[in-house]
Amino acid sequence: MNILEINSLTSSYNSNIAIEDITFKVKEKEYLCIVGENGSGKSTLVKTIVGLQNKDKGSIKINLKSEEISYLSQSSLKDLNFPATVKEVILTGTQKHKKLPFYTKEDHEEVNNICKTFGISDLLNKKIGGLSGGQKQRVMLARALCKNPKLLILDEPCSGLDINISRELYKTLSDLNKNQGITIIMVTHDLTEIKNYANRIIVLNRTIKYDGSVKDWKGI
Amino acid sequence: MQEIIELLNYPFISRALIVGISISFCAALIGVLLVLKKYSMIGHGLGEIGFASLSLAVALGLPPLYVSIPILIIASFVIMAFSQKKGASGDVVIAIVSTGALTFGVIITALTKGFNIDVCNYMFGSILAMTNQDVIISIVLSILVVIAYVIFYNRLFLITYDEEYAKASGINVTFYQFLLALVTALVIVIGMRLMGTLLISSLIVFPAIISKRLTTSFKGLVIVSAIVSVVCFVIGIFVSFFMNLPTGASIVAVNILLLIIAIIVSKIMKR
Ligand SMILES: Nc1ncnc2c1ncn2[C@@H]1O[C@H](COP(=O)(O)OP(=O)(O)OP(=O)(O)O)[C@@H](O)[C@H]1O
Ligand SMILES: [Mg+2]
Repeated sequence: MNILEINSLTSSYNSNIAIEDITFKVKEKEYLCIVGENGSGKSTLVKTIVGLQNKDKGSIKINLKSEEISYLSQSSLKDLNFPATVKEVILTGTQKHKKLPFYTKEDHEEVNNICKTFGISDLLNKKIGGLSGGQKQRVMLARALCKNPKLLILDEPCSGLDINISRELYKTLSDLNKNQGITIIMVTHDLTEIKNYANRIIVLNRTIKYDGSVKDWKGI
Repeated sequence: MQEIIELLNYPFISRALIVGISISFCAALIGVLLVLKKYSMIGHGLGEIGFASLSLAVALGLPPLYVSIPILIIASFVIMAFSQKKGASGDVVIAIVSTGALTFGVIITALTKGFNIDVCNYMFGSILAMTNQDVIISIVLSILVVIAYVIFYNRLFLITYDEEYAKASGINVTFYQFLLALVTALVIVIGMRLMGTLLISSLIVFPAIISKRLTTSFKGLVIVSAIVSVVCFVIGIFVSFFMNLPTGASIVAVNILLLIIAIIVSKIMKR
């Protein structure tokens, strides 16, 4: 079953067309990577999918409830002095389908469980700005996984992290994809790293330059 | 101590205290959001627009609240809308509009009543300015603000911490931003005659800046800010009375002192 169907999608900033005539479908349980140079429109594409960026033309059909989608943005480098604990941040991941934003006992339990899985339980009461890059990305991923999403959209989750930590994170994502059947759409630069995990890549440069398996990609 | 208790027998002092405590409490709650979102210029801009609205009210011979409330609400919405625009820098718009409003207020004042003690009170605050109507309005306002704050607390945190994620989660961010603008406008309208139009924004900004240095959690920040705000207000208002200084200026001075202490304490704690 297709989880996402995108048809001749075009989106621009003022007069600058960032992505043009994009068409592709994503099946359930796929692990899709979107690659491309800086400024090729990768972030714009995922932002348009999650509704943060307006589209000029085309259609986006998502066969999921909106709360079944989780998004992790590229620029998670926020004010380092922002007074917020890891727990306060992760809990916000449970707000997606709430009319009134009160946290229940289940929400707290869920957050505790996810943190155990990610080995970040001891960070819960730390200030978010004081974490290392790798710890912070794991916190953000933990938040994205609240409420069992079916589709995970990640924009360069490993940018700025050293290679070992990135590898670990890619492995975690791959496990989530294999074991829990979560569909993953990930923007990344690390083609060499993800070729062992992703079943499909889309190479973007304003338009789609390639769409297929990682093995068959020969470069432009 | 005896003197302070005797002071409370003066109705104008107890009015100023009730209005001031409710307003400084509300100001701290919204100040946390405004400071973290880097919207603190909104408060300052609205203060200056508030001065223009007071001058206009005096020139027209109308009650100040009736003129100021609509003007400030509209101004807060306009400023908030500009702050949202991508590219257009909101702070430039605020700077232009607010200095324009200040100029307008000064010209009207010069043309009508001329500069007198009233103008000074408008700008730097007067303990005598509060009426019974102000007392009622400020109590009602603070109750409403607290209720809304409690209900939407987790939402407000999410939007403040990560607006993009909030939007992607399907939360109507614009609604909360305009709600925040509305509350800011009301807090400024009610507080500005007591605190002074040029100083009212410090009631919003200082408690959050002070507390940000001392807390690790958002909840902690909100609670400490509210306490800091009210305590500084109460100390400041008595300083104002005993030393015969403008109210707003005395309160800001107490805040500045506390900020310096907070900076030193946080530096020591980090070691
Ligand atoms: N907020 C914005 N306002 C105006 N133009 C923008 C904005 N964001 C992106 N662009 C432009 O749109 C184009 C695509 O940008 P986008 O951020 O989608 O690229 P990207 O592939 O994600 O790049 P990177 O690898 O650096 O993250 C670029 O030409 C960029 O200059
Ligand atoms: Mg990008």
